[in-house]
Amino acid sequence: MIKELQTIFAGFGGQGILFAGKVMAYCGLLEGRQLSWLPSYGPEMRGGTANCSVCLSEEAIGSPLVVHPDALVVMNRPSLEKFENSVVPGGVIILDSTMVDASVTRTDVTVYRVPASELADQQGLRGLANMILLGALYKVRQFCSLEHLEEGLKKCIPARKAHLAEGNAKALKLGYSLV
Amino acid sequence: MAEKILMKGNEALGEAAIRAGCLHFFGYPITPQTELAAYMAKKMPKVGGTYLQAESEIAAINMVLGASAAGVRAMTSSSSPGISLKGEGISYMAGSDLPGLIINVQRGGPGLGGIQPSQADYWQATRGGGHGDYHILVLAPSTVQEMVDLVSLAFDLAETYRMPAMLLADGMLGQMMEPVSFENVPEPRRVEKPWAANGHENRRPHNVINSLYLSPQTLEDLVVERYQRYQKVQETEQRAEMYRTEDAELVVVAYGASARIAHSAVMQAREEGLKVGLVRPITLWPFPEKALKETLKTAKAYLSVEMSMGQMIDDVRLAIDCRKPVALCSRTGGMIPTPDEVLGKIHAMMGGEA
Amino acid sequence: METVFQRPHALLPVPMHYCPGCTHGIVHRLVAEVLDELGIEGKTIGVASVGCSVMNYDYFGCDMVQAPHGRAPAVATGIRRALPDRVVFTYQGDGDLAAIGTGETVHAATRGENITVIFINNAIYGMTGGQMAPTSLPGQVTQTTPYGRDVKTAGYPVRVCEMLATLDGVALAQRVTVDCVKNVRIAKKAIRKAFENQMAGRGYSIVEVLSTCPTNWGMTPQEALEGLREKMIPYYPLGVYKDVTEAQV
Repeated sequence: MIKELQTIFAGFGGQGILFAGKVMAYCGLLEGRQLSWLPSYGPEMRGGTANCSVCLSEEAIGSPLVVHPDALVVMNRPSLEKFENSVVPGGVIILDSTMVDASVTRTDVTVYRVPASELADQQGLRGLANMILLGALYKVRQFCSLEHLEEGLKKCIPARKAHLAEGNAKALKLGYSLV
Repeated sequence: MAEKILMKGNEALGEAAIRAGCLHFFGYPITPQTELAAYMAKKMPKVGGTYLQAESEIAAINMVLGASAAGVRAMTSSSSPGISLKGEGISYMAGSDLPGLIINVQRGGPGLGGIQPSQADYWQATRGGGHGDYHILVLAPSTVQEMVDLVSLAFDLAETYRMPAMLLADGMLGQMMEPVSFENVPEPRRVEKPWAANGHENRRPHNVINSLYLSPQTLEDLVVERYQRYQKVQETEQRAEMYRTEDAELVVVAYGASARIAHSAVMQAREEGLKVGLVRPITLWPFPEKALKETLKTAKAYLSVEMSMGQMIDDVRLAIDCRKPVALCSRTGGMIPTPDEVLGKIHAMMGGEA
Repeated sequence: METVFQRPHALLPVPMHYCPGCTHGIVHRLVAEVLDELGIEGKTIGVASVGCSVMNYDYFGCDMVQAPHGRAPAVATGIRRALPDRVVFTYQGDGDLAAIGTGETVHAATRGENITVIFINNAIYGMTGGQMAPTSLPGQVTQTTPYGRDVKTAGYPVRVCEMLATLDGVALAQRVTVDCVKNVRIAKKAIRKAFENQMAGRGYSIVEVLSTCPTNWGMTPQEALEGLREKMIPYYPLGVYKDVTEAQV
């Protein structure tokens, strides 16, 4: 299991970028790790680009702002352009290939192209491409136990949205099975 | 072990205040502190408290003044431009010996500035923020958990010393989520308030909450008396966290969000064998002079890391009586320094000694 | 021997600093009489504002808080929300209420903040020595309108009761004066109603008292009262602008 992981989730506002990061953060909490979750904020949240930094560690987190991510999850092209070069050598980039038509130029990172938005639409999981990508990330960077992954997701879904829990869980599993 | 939950700093501040017995919140929306007001709007009606969205920052701080004068725990929160507007009320509260909590989730300035994290209101906070001879307590958390812990302390100290307290945070701390527990937060200190204007019921002479003294002698006497209280605060309430300063030749000084970044850099420097330590002021007023003086035993130089053009650096110099050089590592305008930048500065200062 | 006249209990036995002929003294007495009659001195908190009346915290027997200039309605709001079973009043001049504190006033009023407001309108800044007030009349000579208030550059006076009467949160908006026995009696009734409204939880009640400032108007007290009748009352008609306790016609 991975104990140290610095991740950036990035995409358009409304794609569930912050939520995906929050699920990961809760998984870290359940795993007993030190962690932080830091969103971009302000006008760019509304319709523009959104991103969040998630740090999981055994040690106290210094800067919660991830500058050199071990993992980058991107859901739009501007975010790939913005963050591609910041990924550490040997890191991973997981991108929603439905939304990002550009290719990654880096050769020292592992790239996973997941047609998450298209799959979400096909499987009746509209709006859950974020969870498919998180599932894919979990497959390649196992940041917690499978039990805590499921539990972490549940913690992030408020009671009034309980009916969405099943779809989210299904999307996570779908992502997990793809890569 | 206390159960931990994930919370944004802004929301944790709200919950901590309610648990500290603050049932009166007066606010006005401004990024990046708005989640705090929203949290209070949601929670206060459920605990029988007051959430009131004022017509301005000025009105909000004066509502705090009124509620504090009436003897209850009251607070307001804002971000830099809004704190400037509160300066008047803060001065009046200090001049009326009123407690109360003001939270500043700082953003870049001056003017409307930006909305990203900043520490450029250090001077404003530690020098009082308004007109006249006075101080306020200034506490600087560096984690979400510490935001919780310091809210309770801020109220206790404010009431004990009858002076306003400010919690100086920034957009990063306000917006980020970290695990937090409320289980070990101590019970609020019970401070008697015989001075409160809450209706005398014909059982005592009337109480007057006032800051006007037209006789210069009376005003001087009062201010001098207040400064004796400030001196006691300076003697007894300094707080700082020391990290590997026992043999440090270079002492990094940083508070709040900058301290987190500086801590990473100091850890890295230590791994490289460099004798570097960190002093993290938790109280900015009173400034932890004693902790800094302690480091003079081994320190050859100091480095102030700030998200400002260099404000706290003045207090660092004063605390060590200018006996060693103090350098600055600074970003401003909403830019956040990276651990690498701080480490680079450490390398530059320590030369080839390592 | 029967006592037929005495100082109200809620007015402390201390000398006041007001100028000869100033009507603050009368209004202070009316407020104190009402506190006595309603038996609420011990549960009332007054808010003094910046201006000539700032030191009334030394004159009223109830607990007092002195507010920053213009902020009395906000301070009163804080007290009222902290102490829901108490009675809170502000005592504000025209500069405080209608210039620097217009925002606080309008919003306390529209929130229906359950407070009583005594508004002294003497059309001038008294304490600072006679400058133009938001309520100074067109053509009125003051230290800062030495050629008379020119509405083209200094704008028009604010009619506070008329303005506030349009707000749903206002329970009472009444303009009175204290130039003669009859009007003093009307003023006292209005002040009493403004406190009774608060005790009944009806919301924001304001009593505007047209007042004189002989010193800064450059008149004798008698001339000032005549000036008030001749010039102020025509511009600021006396009367009830809103009263939620009266049956709507």
